[in-house]
Amino acid sequence: MSNRSTEPDRGQEVRIEGARQVASSRADLQVSEDHHLCPGCGHPVAWRILLEVIQELSLAQRAIGVVGHGCYTNIVRMADIDFLQCLHGRAPAVATGVKRVQPQAAVFTLQGDGDMASEGLAEVLHAAARAEKITAIMLNNGVFGDTGGQMTAASVVGQRTKTSLEGRSPELHGYPVPVAELVASLPGAAYVARSAVNTAGGVAQTKRYLKRAFETQTSGAGFSLVEVLTMCPTGWFVPTAAGPGYLSDSMQPTYPTGPLKDSLRPA
Amino acid sequence: MTAALLQGSRAIADSAIAAGCRFFAGYPMLPFTDLLEAMSAKMPEVGGTCINADSEIEAVNMALGAGAAGARAATGSCGQGIALMQEAIAEAALNEVPMVVFNMARGQQDYWQATRGGGWGDYRTLTLAPKDVAEAVVHTQLLFHLADTYRAPVCLYGDYLVAHTHMSVDVAPIDFGPLPDKSWALDGTAGGTGHARQIWTWAMGRDDAPGPGPDVHWRRLAQKFATMGEAEARHESYRCGDAEWVVVSFGTAGPFIDYVVEELRADGQRVGSFRPVTLWPFPEAALLEAAGRARGVLVYEVNAGQMIDDVRLALRGQVPATFIGGVSIDSSGMRQGDLLTVAAIRSRVLDAIGVGAGERR
Repeated sequence: MSNRSTEPDRGQEVRIEGARQVASSRADLQVSEDHHLCPGCGHPVAWRILLEVIQELSLAQRAIGVVGHGCYTNIVRMADIDFLQCLHGRAPAVATGVKRVQPQAAVFTLQGDGDMASEGLAEVLHAAARAEKITAIMLNNGVFGDTGGQMTAASVVGQRTKTSLEGRSPELHGYPVPVAELVASLPGAAYVARSAVNTAGGVAQTKRYLKRAFETQTSGAGFSLVEVLTMCPTGWFVPTAAGPGYLSDSMQPTYPTGPLKDSLRPA
Repeated sequence: MTAALLQGSRAIADSAIAAGCRFFAGYPMLPFTDLLEAMSAKMPEVGGTCINADSEIEAVNMALGAGAAGARAATGSCGQGIALMQEAIAEAALNEVPMVVFNMARGQQDYWQATRGGGWGDYRTLTLAPKDVAEAVVHTQLLFHLADTYRAPVCLYGDYLVAHTHMSVDVAPIDFGPLPDKSWALDGTAGGTGHARQIWTWAMGRDDAPGPGPDVHWRRLAQKFATMGEAEARHESYRCGDAEWVVVSFGTAGPFIDYVVEELRADGQRVGSFRPVTLWPFPEAALLEAAGRARGVLVYEVNAGQMIDDVRLALRGQVPATFIGGVSIDSSGMRQGDLLTVAAIRSRVLDAIGVGAGERR
């Protein structure tokens, strides 16, 4: 905070007559409370954790976000850090160019499962194989949210989408791609973990993993990836309040959370 | 620096590095491969980065990232590889990231690809087509300057003759004058200050500092490309002043045409040669000036007839244009065939201007 050149307007404290004073719920690097997304969406929860981690690791003036195309692109509108919005699927390649030119920067990608698991699987795998010192973040809700609920490479078996009306069928559509496990199998990947933001414990877990991922990057150990399971009640066609439960019931059996690889901490 | 005998690809690599290029990424594909190899060998010597990418899509997006982070960045390929890169070339045009794309084409059949683009949106890519290695050395440095001048991706249209021919060249840095600063480039240092930077095709900005949005942003880009079109057209003409017939060609075909013109002049034929140095912007006014009083324009290009569209647009129907080129590929598929010879060109020119076999020397 002390090295800011200007102090932008931060979150107003919420004051309610006769009630106790509640601190702002805004992350320090947030410039707006408006996330532009649907009620019940898990992405803004993940954004806030990400911004808190960047602030707490003192990376605010080193961070460069390389953001793909999807609902999560809206982070660019509400966070005060350098952003490069890039083509769908290509963020790990773009971030490679950024990081090689600005090696002191904390470079991260923000992508969805359509972006990373479907369109850009080659880019993330090759960036991991090259041991690029970047942090890739995949917000995995198992569906194309931005385009209105179609099947991605990460949709789970049985999941009903607009392009798998009777549910994803192994016979018709094959099986989901477990990005975290694929990346973890590559020697160039130094840190890989999967978390979820549907519970308070999951939020705390996500924060620990993201911190560890950025520490892996700044230590120069290699590529880091955190796959964050997020709610998409709109794209799942369930009531808003049912999102967190749907995530644990439908997605987590396919995508178990926990650290998969941590090269900084010998097993 | 003094002149040295260099292979074209090596000369372009040296020239790019002399221009300050410090990031290069590419995927092997002949005849671009030699440039990738040369960059791979030379970049470490200057502390730069050259990445042997795992696809052309990766390579061009890496260059885009490096350009966005402020480096003089480049990539390259040819044909199908350039086709794969078009999405990102368009993106760089629309989000204003400077970079240089070295299209070391397999021949002349990619004129439309180079000048029309295959990406989406209202954008153009300035494209220089050198006639030989020496001109490619100058064009390479000029391209980095123009990319930074206009914050835009720009292209070199080379081919196997430029890539593989040895020529004595001087690759010393060339000063093209002052450039705008790069305060827009991302280095991460502005985070949390209220003035963080964004590079975004939609230019929507932040909620606390809204950007112009796509409508205004893209109109401004359209104006920028119109300005480039007015300011950057380049050409070379040879003996067009009194020419009855002007032969138009591009790239490495140009010196063949000049040679034929020289021969035919010695025979008393009033022919001239005109070569667009920039394929986009096409030097329309210069061509109309050079050929406006001629009886006809002959278009020689080693393809089925692509540049002739631009020639006809430039001539505005005032002078007839006749196609004398054609498809001509050697057995490797990498190089032009028998049509790119002085004898074949001379014969086609004489046919077109109505000099019968009996009148020829």
